[in-house]
Amino acid sequence: MSFPWAEHYAPKNPVMKWLDSRLPLPRLVYNAVGAGYPVPRNLNYFWNFGVLAGVALTIQIITGIVLAMHYAANADVAFNSVESIMRDVNQGWLLRYAHSNGASMFFIVVYIHIFRGLYYGSYKAPREMVWLLGVVIFLLMMATAFMGYVLPWGQMSFWGAQVITGFFSAIPIIGDPIHTWLLGGFAPDNAALNRFFSLHYLLPFVIAGVIVLHIWALHIPGSNNPTGVEVKGPQDTVPFHPYYTAKDGMGLGVFLIVFSLFLFFAPNAMGHPDNYIPANPLSTPAHIVPEWYFLPFYAILKAFTGNFLGIAAKLWGVMAMFGSILLLFFLPWIDRSPVRSANYRPTYRWFFVILVIDVLILGYLGQAEPTATVVLLSQICAGYYFAHFLIILPLVSALEKTLPLPNSITESVLGSDAEAAPVAAHTA
Amino acid sequence: MLRFFGPFIAPIVGIGFLLALFWGFVSTPREAAVETAAHEFHLKPKEVEYSFSGPFGKYDRQQLQRGFQVYQEVCSACHSMKLVAFRDLADLGFTKPEIKAIAKQWKTEVPTINEKTGEPTTRKALPSDTFPSPFANETAARAANNNALPPDMSLLAKAREDGPAYIYSLITGYQAQPAELLKKFPDAKTPGSLHYNPYFPNLNLAMPPPLTADGQVSYAEGQPKPTVDQMAKDVSAFLMWAAEPKLENRHRTGIAALIFLVIGTLLAFGAYKNIWRDQKH
Repeated sequence: MSFPWAEHYAPKNPVMKWLDSRLPLPRLVYNAVGAGYPVPRNLNYFWNFGVLAGVALTIQIITGIVLAMHYAANADVAFNSVESIMRDVNQGWLLRYAHSNGASMFFIVVYIHIFRGLYYGSYKAPREMVWLLGVVIFLLMMATAFMGYVLPWGQMSFWGAQVITGFFSAIPIIGDPIHTWLLGGFAPDNAALNRFFSLHYLLPFVIAGVIVLHIWALHIPGSNNPTGVEVKGPQDTVPFHPYYTAKDGMGLGVFLIVFSLFLFFAPNAMGHPDNYIPANPLSTPAHIVPEWYFLPFYAILKAFTGNFLGIAAKLWGVMAMFGSILLLFFLPWIDRSPVRSANYRPTYRWFFVILVIDVLILGYLGQAEPTATVVLLSQICAGYYFAHFLIILPLVSALEKTLPLPNSITESVLGSDAEAAPVAAHTA
Repeated sequence: MLRFFGPFIAPIVGIGFLLALFWGFVSTPREAAVETAAHEFHLKPKEVEYSFSGPFGKYDRQQLQRGFQVYQEVCSACHSMKLVAFRDLADLGFTKPEIKAIAKQWKTEVPTINEKTGEPTTRKALPSDTFPSPFANETAARAANNNALPPDMSLLAKAREDGPAYIYSLITGYQAQPAELLKKFPDAKTPGSLHYNPYFPNLNLAMPPPLTADGQVSYAEGQPKPTVDQMAKDVSAFLMWAAEPKLENRHRTGIAALIFLVIGTLLAFGAYKNIWRDQKH
């Protein structure tokens, strides 16, 4: 597709020839994930996670469609309909646990996928569009996951919906009407549950659509690689199939093993016990916490405790929480360093490590009881998160002295003597 | 314009958030954490060994039957199990006639209507009924229990952190309020209508100790002695079964799935190495 040496689809079977001249679907697949897509030969295991995210979405859609056949989106019976899936539907426990743990697994692989992009500079030119679409997918995933968590209509479902939809009421003047309009009432109830179910069924297909765009945009420049050096010629690439299909197949096996360990042996480890109590608007749980994958953002939300510049603390928190994700849209233009891979960016590499630790600590703080120490630590860690992207990154990209890049992917794989035709030196 | 100011936009936004955070830090009064009795005297559940823990765990049918007996004779006086039906007891090894008899002899009858007059009335339970609540509704339950509501027990073992161990600890954990606690928190004296229990989050539980004496429930011949400890263990195992009846099925399927996946992954690894054998990467 993107490289002149890419193999061309040439069907030999007359049926395939017939089909190709009328509907070239096999050609599309061949060029997208077959031998027609040349991929850098030096990808490491972190490049497995994109495919794994696709598999995770597929698992969610398949289990979700079957669950929807048994689920009843009505506040009076939703909780019991989930329990009837767990007890009475054939293999219902498997479907339901696969779906609830599948959501967590989806987020785990997507987080690794995102941090891989951050480390190897996959968001930089010419792949900005791939990154932007990826952030859109991430936002859609968060909306889908949130609404899915509301559906069992347990205590955490209800109170989580209460807290998260409450964000909108932080907007001055028009906040409350918007909140009421979105919920179809003054608090989450049947109207909210029904629309959440409808949207929870819709959004995964929207995600699938954006994934098509994400992959399309990826195929224009081709995949990034651990050196961050662009592909120079045929010797730098191998066809996606069979090389990366084989590697992804193995990665998929490992992923499914980890998934199974949770699904079959600790299916409730990543959930909250309170969600096994039916929703009760009259009894607030001692601790309202979102699902684990939202915790870092929840910690950022709670870190803002003071009214500042005439803006209420709650609104600051909500702006910061959305801002912490929206700023990812600007990342390709915030980080101006011409070197992509952190392997050749000695300063950025350390800040990347600190960012990962910072986000993990935020995740811990998101579920901790808000003591004075926890609040102070969240303020420091939330501050660092913004400082990393908005202050440190522009400075580092301007001041950092990067390491010399290999001349080509092949050189980095085989050593410099293997490079027959030296290529013009480029940015370092 | 944008070209000139562009690079400054990100730092300005960043500094704005940092200032807002710092202002929050400065302006929010930091009170020293208030020490509460619940904070200091609350205990984590005791360690208990169950047959169903671990990847190969299975329910012990004898234990579940004993636990059911405790539920039947003690807990069911207040607690319903509206998601578990009498016929589900087949899982515990009861036969159909036994289940029919258990349902028929159940102390609480099931609400229905008089077929001739349509008046509300009650009838004997059937195997297809779920374990009923002895109270007509929440108000009646609260009125009979000092304004506390006995929770439905169907999912109790999953609705609490470390469920079965928590239930066991709670039942066996009643004690006199420590003198130490009263010395430190004189206001935290357990009110007369409540019962001190360090395993309960706020330490004061409305439920009176349900198992008070060894032999309160008489087990059949050949079963362990019905000590309070044994009965608490049995009933907590039974409640785990009530909350997660498909646990054994899940473990069994999991082992098979893992064997399949490990073999499949090894083969996939072989295929990967084989395909890449000529390629340096």
